[in-house]
Amino acid sequence: MKSVRIIARLDIKGPNVVKGIHLEGLRVLGRPELFAPKYYEDGADELLYMDTVASLYGRNNLADIVSRAAENLYIPLTVGGGIRSVEDIRSLLRAGADKVAINTAAINNPNLVTEGARAFGSQCIVVSIEAKHRGPGKYECLTDNGREKTGVDVFEWVKRAADLGAGEILITSIDREGTGKGYDVELTRTVSDMVDIPVIACGGAGDADHVREVIQEGHADAVCAASIFHYGMLDYMVTRGEYKEEGNISFLRSGGHTRKLIKPVSIPYLKKYLSGFGIGIRMLRENKG
Amino acid sequence: MSKKTVNIVDYGLGNLFSVERAVRYAGADAVISSEPGVISSSDYLIVPGVGAFGQGISNLKGRGLVEPIKSVASSGRPVLGICLGMQLLMTVGEEMGTHKGLDLISGKVVRFPAPADKGPHYKIPHIGWNGIYMPGHRKNWDSTILEGLKEGDSMYFVHSYVVAPDDPSHILAETAYGGLTFCSAINENNICGCQFHPEKSGALGLDIYRNFLKL
Repeated sequence: MKSVRIIARLDIKGPNVVKGIHLEGLRVLGRPELFAPKYYEDGADELLYMDTVASLYGRNNLADIVSRAAENLYIPLTVGGGIRSVEDIRSLLRAGADKVAINTAAINNPNLVTEGARAFGSQCIVVSIEAKHRGPGKYECLTDNGREKTGVDVFEWVKRAADLGAGEILITSIDREGTGKGYDVELTRTVSDMVDIPVIACGGAGDADHVREVIQEGHADAVCAASIFHYGMLDYMVTRGEYKEEGNISFLRSGGHTRKLIKPVSIPYLKKYLSGFGIGIRMLRENKG
Repeated sequence: MSKKTVNIVDYGLGNLFSVERAVRYAGADAVISSEPGVISSSDYLIVPGVGAFGQGISNLKGRGLVEPIKSVASSGRPVLGICLGMQLLMTVGEEMGTHKGLDLISGKVVRFPAPADKGPHYKIPHIGWNGIYMPGHRKNWDSTILEGLKEGDSMYFVHSYVVAPDDPSHILAETAYGGLTFCSAINENNICGCQFHPEKSGALGLDIYRNFLKL
């Protein structure tokens, strides 16, 4: 049985991992080098690095971060943020990315999906969609990290992206992102049932059962989560006195509104939880010789 | 003991850098090359690659790499094909037309057949982690690239086509997807291949690189 992939998402701003709500109000959590190796050891099936400001400022500083991330990482790495051309894709793949996630540039220039797939194979091209709920059964694609409206209908774009040669769809609910209220199950299921390529659900995980729900009821082929993993990691490091970053993590202690909705979960715990429901999950071998 | 050197064929397709890093991690030197002279003198050769069969074989031909790879294979030196690289080891590929392969192992490459039990999680390409199992004719994986691995261990796959060897005894491992059981690793003498990406399959995948260096 094929496993459902558990993907840890790291939103990057400058040299740091950040986390916001609805993709805004970003808090600095610490350097990616703090998180990525631990997620790899913990059995993450894939990592997603998303540069949160590259497309906003029209620059691309990701290649350096990617090559550092890829150095000791032996699982797939997907990178997104500010990708505008086949050359941008090539430079990220050369830096060690296995796939690229494209949102803004794909909507502005759908040809980039086809050109990218032709040059590097469909499996390299993940079309990333930021979906904003616009009424019953209606979603609009946003770009530039949830800041720009496009007027493009999510479901029409999903079909088109698959036809253009996308290898996977990453669907992020802007309404749920960072809230801990759970994935948008209906959105995910509609997208996943619509196309023959794998669909990655993103945005809203607040606990392990939200992940189960979007797999079993949302038909997600893979799930992405950030806060539930990051907060767990930070709790762990702070408790052990290992957190020496200059991040803004006082909110972890303050027990604010979002904090209450997000229950930190480690990757091993999550995987055990999901496999308890008969969901196919890659488990790390415990007594590896 | 001097360090072994693994040559990695560069024919313009695929993420060679993670293959290179995995070879180094496994304790050997890695050389990425598209020089026929370098490739033909390989002690250990890896044919990596992601992409379409026809493009792959035409890139190999265009760089004059077909004969060098065959000469390494016929001299008994270990050759490992990964993903498209494994598919290219076969006689023919049926991806976007029919193309002749390297014919190091006899058989063909076909698209995933229509699934018997299409469910919500049956998607093509087959992307993700899936278990490898021992085919009925094998008693163990000793002295192969899969030595030390257990049935059901998960590897990372990305593909739409599968290898069907003419002689089932060349199947080293099998994997099930969408109601189909396909050949996920292959072996005939010094020639081996895996459909999955061991360099993307965590610690167990790195063991496969170590095993390859022991061949």
